[in-house]
This record gives sequence, structure tokens and C-alpha cells, in this order.
Amino acid sequence: MTTQTADTVTYPGARRPDRSYIVDAHGLGIATYEWGDEKAPPVMLVHGGFDFAGTFDVFAPMLADAGWRPVAWDHRGHGDSEHAEMYSWDADARDAVAVMDRVGRAAMPVIGHSKGGAMMLQVAEALPHRFSAMVNIDGLPSPRRHPDVAGHERTRMLLTELSNWLDDQRQPVGERRPGSIDELAERRGRQNPRLSMEWLRYLVTIGARHDTDGWRWKIDPALRRGGFGPHRNSWSMERLPGLTSPLLGIVGTVPEPMGWGNDPDGLRPYLPPGGRLEVFDDTGHFVHIEHPRAVADLVLDFLGSVR
Amino acid sequence: MAQSTVTRIAHQRLSLALHELRGGKGRPLLLLHGLGERSPDGLPSIFAPWPGPVLALDFVGHGESSVPRGGGYTPELLMANVDAALAVTGPATIIGRGLGAYVALQVAGGRPHLVRGAVLADGPGLTGGGPVPTSPVIPSIDPDALCPPDPFALVELARDIRPPDYATSFVRLAVQVSDLVEPLTVAARTRPEWLQAVADEPGVRVASIAEGLTSYAEAD
Repeated sequence: MTTQTADTVTYPGARRPDRSYIVDAHGLGIATYEWGDEKAPPVMLVHGGFDFAGTFDVFAPMLADAGWRPVAWDHRGHGDSEHAEMYSWDADARDAVAVMDRVGRAAMPVIGHSKGGAMMLQVAEALPHRFSAMVNIDGLPSPRRHPDVAGHERTRMLLTELSNWLDDQRQPVGERRPGSIDELAERRGRQNPRLSMEWLRYLVTIGARHDTDGWRWKIDPALRRGGFGPHRNSWSMERLPGLTSPLLGIVGTVPEPMGWGNDPDGLRPYLPPGGRLEVFDDTGHFVHIEHPRAVADLVLDFLGSVR
Repeated sequence: MAQSTVTRIAHQRLSLALHELRGGKGRPLLLLHGLGERSPDGLPSIFAPWPGPVLALDFVGHGESSVPRGGGYTPELLMANVDAALAVTGPATIIGRGLGAYVALQVAGGRPHLVRGAVLADGPGLTGGGPVPTSPVIPSIDPDALCPPDPFALVELARDIRPPDYATSFVRLAVQVSDLVEPLTVAARTRPEWLQAVADEPGVRVASIAEGLTSYAEAD
């Protein structure tokens, strides 16, 4: 077992935020972070599900060094934000607006990754006057349908899914499993096989806390992957053509466990007028982590063109 | 009217109030209230013929159950509220009003061995947000509003989408797994699309509340 401490783990180009504060989102404390000059124009950075704002520690400084003020926050239950009694997509969207309200009421550009990008499409439809530009990194809705399965088989799958979820809900909220920095990095690496161990170790020192018996991811143990509900991908697709603000979509092509399976050819017919789609070949779900410089340059050029 | 006794039910970080409206032996009848309502203070006369105990659950954010911070309500979470109560009561027959009818349907599908018949009745919150999304809103909440009911519950549980084929998937679970011939009874006269689709499914009886409860009381 290695004996690394948070002090010894660094990552080339990674820079912690220059400021952090708590936004009160209807009674829940949302940890919010800023990089760069506090008078610079803001650009919102929205992380994906089971992630946290520190995953922008390389990407955000590149925007800050170009004259922007990136603002990111840990979604409820994630990172250093408070653990909530309940979680939902709509609650996350409302928390996002609470952070935006704190930053400013004028229209601002928003960059969202994965679930963060998809969620902000919904906020943008509800509040188009708050968005001056939208960058979506591997979080555009997927037009793909689930493979056909027979009705009785789908019913059986639903019952298993439902029973497992209800069984889980019957249990008290426990604690995440402790481990060394390397162990937590390896666990996360199974979900993000394309990310380097060096980066994953760095993430542990930000996204996990060091208890006496080891490191634990800070994310609320009540949050579990999967789940079910009435949501249909087509509902998100229908939002896309009517998007008001200029759109830059960025997608990777290599499927990953946490990815959304974006299909560029399937997406193009749904882009709003003038919407751009940039495809990164041989790249996974975390495009801005695999290619931070290239994505930052693309984004800066896009933001400059719509400023 | 006699005051009910209350049992606290833990559902993860939530604390729910389960009211005993009338004690007794045998399989309980569990009442699920509508959106913005709370459990009745005493036994409504329509349930007096039920042979066993009569219980009523306050959903999260309602009645004497806890009010969470910052909302995040979904019918699916309310289904888990009911399942947390079933973990204490054991098998029960359920009657739900409005929102409670939709939740009763879900839990009848999710726990077909524990729900010995569910009656879906009229009440507040029966329609939800309709079968497909309407224009999204990010609602603001009056911090001085009367609570409970939690204003977030009133907003969020009035807007959740209820596609008919999603609703019928719970019917099929209930019908395929339950040994009752008709594990669901639609008593509601108002029929939003999800409920009409449920009423049209095989294994669903359309009957009055009293008829539905009588048949479930007679089942093993």
C-alpha cells in the first residue's frame, strides 16, 4: 500500500480554485468555486453525475488565464455540497439556478459535461434569457433506442430493477468503503478506464476525505447509479432544435461506462440553427480531461465569436 | 372522533408518520392521501366495513412526516415511502386518492407480493404533469408559505410526467406476479390518460371503492 498524502499528489496543470463559497439553495448548502479575476466575465461549468467541480481543475484555469471567470459548483450530495434528504433532476436544475442567481442575473455562457450538459438544456429552455452561449461536452441527448426486448422480458427486468431499488431504499444510509488513494483511484478507474492513474489519484485528494481508517469519496452514499422513471430520451432531443443560445456540442467517439453513447450522425438533424458539433475521435466521455488544451481552445474561440 | 396513534417509520433520512386509524387483527388497509392532503384524523365511514386494522401514511413533506430541504420529490420516492411502511406492516391492501392512487399503482407493481389489492380513487394530484412534458419551468417557492404541505411537494408532484405505457408497466408487474386475479381496481371517475390506460389493461377491475375493498377483504 502506498503512503501518499494529499500534499504529495499533484497533477500537471491542475490548479485549485481561487475562491470558494457556499450558496444557499433553498436550505441546502451548495459548495461553489471560482477561478480567475473576480471581475472577469463569468462562465458556468457544470459537472456530470457522480462527479464534482474539482474535475475542472485543469480545464477551468485555461479559461481563467484567457480572461474568463469560470464558476463551478458541487451538485447536491456531491463533493463538498451538503448531502440532501432527496435527489432529483429537477432539484439539481433548481440548485443550478440558485448558483447562477448568486453569480449574476445577466445572460452568461454555460459549459456542461455529461448529465450537467443535459440538465442545462432543460434550464435553458425554461430560462433562455439567462444563457448567452451553451457548450455541451458529451451530454447531448442520444437518439438511440434501447434494443428491442420482448414485453415479458422487459417486465421481468423492471421488476428486478424495482425490487433492488426498493430493497436499497429500505436500508439506512451507510458509509462509502474506505481505502488508500490508490485503491479509490483504481475503483474510479473502472468507471473511467481512459483516465490516467495520475489524474485519478489527484481526484481522490479533492473528491475524497481522509478519515482515520482511510480515504472515502465524499459523494453521498445514498446516491446510487441506475434507477428508473418515466424519462424518455426523445423528450431531451425535442429541446435541442429550439435552443435559443448558440450551441457548441463536443462529443467523444469511444463508449465508456459513464458515457451517454452520443451518436454524432444521429444528433446532427436535431441541432439548432447554427449549432456546431465537434467530434473527437479516439476519445472517451471525458473529452475535456483527455484533451484539455484542445477543448479549451475550441471553447475560447466559440465564446469569443458569440461574445 | 378518536385520535389516531402514530408510528414513526424511518425511510433513509426521512421520518414518516404512519397513523393507526383503527386497530385490529388481520391484513391492514393502508390509506394513501392525495397531493397536499394528509391522513385523516379518524376512520372515514367508508372504510368502517374493512375487517382488519386501518392505517394511513403521511407522504414525505405532508402531515406529520418530515419536510426535507430543497425539494426533490418524485412519485417513485413516494413509492419507496410506502414500501418502508410495508416493511413494518407486512402485506396490506392499499387505497390511494389522487397522487396516492398513482403511488398505489407503482407499489402494487414494485411489491406485488406485499400489496394484496390496490384501489385507485379520485383525489388531488391524480393527473400529475400529463403524459408528455410541457414547457419546463424552474418554480420559485414562497419561503413564508404554510408548510406542511411542503410547497416543493405541491409544485414537483403536480408536474411529474405520467406516460400511459409507463403506468401500464406497473399493471403488468402486478398482474403477472400477484396471485389475485384482479390486483388493481380503478374506482376513480376522473381518468387522466395514464389511468384510462390502466383501466383498459387485463387484470384491472373497474368498480366502486366499496366493491373493490370487499373483494380484497375476502381474498386470502
